[in-house]
Amino acid sequence: MIKLKHVTKIYPDGTEAVKDLSLEINKGEFCIFLGPSGCGKTTSMKMINRLIPLTSGKIYIDDVDIMKLNPNELRRGIGYAIQNIGLFPHLTVEENIATVPMLKKWPKAKQHDRAAELLELVGMEPATFLDRYPSELSGGQQQRVGVARCLGADPPILLMDEPFGAIDPITRNKLQEEFLKIQSKIKKTIAFVTHDINEAIKMGDKIALLREGELVQYSDPATLLNSPKDEFVRNFVGADRVLKSLRLYRAKDIMKDPPLKVKEGDNVAKVKQHMEKEMLKWAMLVDEKNRFLGWITHEDLMSGKPLREVMVPPAITTAPETPLNEALSMMFNSAIGNLAVVDDYGKLLGVLTFEIIRTILAQSESKNKNKSGGQVR
Amino acid sequence: MWIQAWNYLLKHSDKIITWTLQHLYIILVANAMAAVLGILIGIYISGKGREQLADTVIYLASIMMTIPSLALYGILMGILSALTLPSIGFLPVVIALTLYGLLPIIRNTYTAIREVDPALIEAGRGMGMSELQILVKVKLPLSVPVIMAGLRQAIVMNIGIAAIGSYIGAGGLGQPIFRGIANYRVDLIIVGAIFVSLLAIIIDLIMSRVEWLTTPKGLRIRGRRND
Repeated sequence: MIKLKHVTKIYPDGTEAVKDLSLEINKGEFCIFLGPSGCGKTTSMKMINRLIPLTSGKIYIDDVDIMKLNPNELRRGIGYAIQNIGLFPHLTVEENIATVPMLKKWPKAKQHDRAAELLELVGMEPATFLDRYPSELSGGQQQRVGVARCLGADPPILLMDEPFGAIDPITRNKLQEEFLKIQSKIKKTIAFVTHDINEAIKMGDKIALLREGELVQYSDPATLLNSPKDEFVRNFVGADRVLKSLRLYRAKDIMKDPPLKVKEGDNVAKVKQHMEKEMLKWAMLVDEKNRFLGWITHEDLMSGKPLREVMVPPAITTAPETPLNEALSMMFNSAIGNLAVVDDYGKLLGVLTFEIIRTILAQSESKNKNKSGGQVR
Repeated sequence: MWIQAWNYLLKHSDKIITWTLQHLYIILVANAMAAVLGILIGIYISGKGREQLADTVIYLASIMMTIPSLALYGILMGILSALTLPSIGFLPVVIALTLYGLLPIIRNTYTAIREVDPALIEAGRGMGMSELQILVKVKLPLSVPVIMAGLRQAIVMNIGIAAIGSYIGAGGLGQPIFRGIANYRVDLIIVGAIFVSLLAIIIDLIMSRVEWLTTPKGLRIRGRRND
């Protein structure tokens, strides 16, 4: 657990970068330091590992005052990832990842095994990449190695300064998703700096919104979106905050079972009859292994041809982990306006419809009015 | 006279080998000292808050370069004889070459260390490296190519200056040149001049190879990206 108590930072030139900041990050919590540039978010984070000395106040890690620890020892116990990645170009991927284990004088074999294990964790093949140099990696791969490196000696705490800042939006999105998956396994206590509200909402358990060195609001993302504390927060969060709240949900959280699931070999007439009886406009076709094949509409059944021939193949399907805002965009590309949720093997898990999303938005809106808004995740 | 030079070469190859070895010896001793001193000074002045000192040191070193070699030999002879040390021959020449070699080495070491990406230094510090570890494990390996380029420059430059050292009795490939000038022996001048030039070219080639070999592998590879 990290505890900041009345922390203040005044730079030698008189700038008050952080003013009387008090907050707690619980064990295993993903805390975002969010705010416009110059708000003191990076300074706040860097005071935790003493890269920036504090002017006054106290910082405790597991109730130990960090000023009582040797700074290098302190830092070796805290994972650190920076915006520019900062991989050492003269060292191999293995040596980069094993930087802190090397500083901690782990045996060579243990360093090697750890590097391989971490590389695997971030989705890179150890046999291929351990001996490569950073200049041989793409930007996205470098970011992955950067993440692996900050996990080097398995520190309980991670400090991350816009670690996904320097890459293209598509890769960033992918890395964010992957990192969330990793975090759900490793459950580190994380202080994560970003200026990107979307990243904050997507990644954070808690968001600390700062302005000119002061903590404006410290809450979970749903509360930040639904009950902004003042005008500044409202503006920072943006006018589209209701839409943004879609990011808080994932496809698997709100998908429904298909109204009707039919198999390839099913009798066309019977299916047609069933749909008429239930007043269904569409059904979902799967194969014998429950893999999604396509959409069946009532009109298409009129021809009486086999299901396989009349089905509309899906232009797009989505994974259960997809955030709802992305799922919504995909739905506009889907032949039928609905979106099938399938697993890695193509097996049908559920379906998303506009109706479901409308309900979610309405809920979020009413919560906003009631000023309640607990986190739904 | 080219034929005469050729004949001289055939007849006195033993002498030429001796001069070349003398020349090499002077160069190696002087540049080894310049390298050790220059790199240490370069590292020291690249430290935090020593910008003023760095400017002064580099300024002094460049003034040193402007002193003509004969004048510097003269000054050193004066100083050495006052200290009752050998004032002609090997010692003053080696000292002069060491001083000449300092500037490129100090300047390159200083510049290379100062230009290491601050993000890398911050990454190192943030992961718990001590200042010494940052120097040894990050700054120096990344500076090697530039430092080696400075060393190469110093050596090649000093091969020429060392030839003048023969004038004050240090031996080396300046010997046939000065002897040739004194005795109107163009063949001797040609032999000396060609061998000094060859030595410079060969050492330059060797040093460029050494530069490549000492460059950390990760800094040599460029490109080959996927995804």
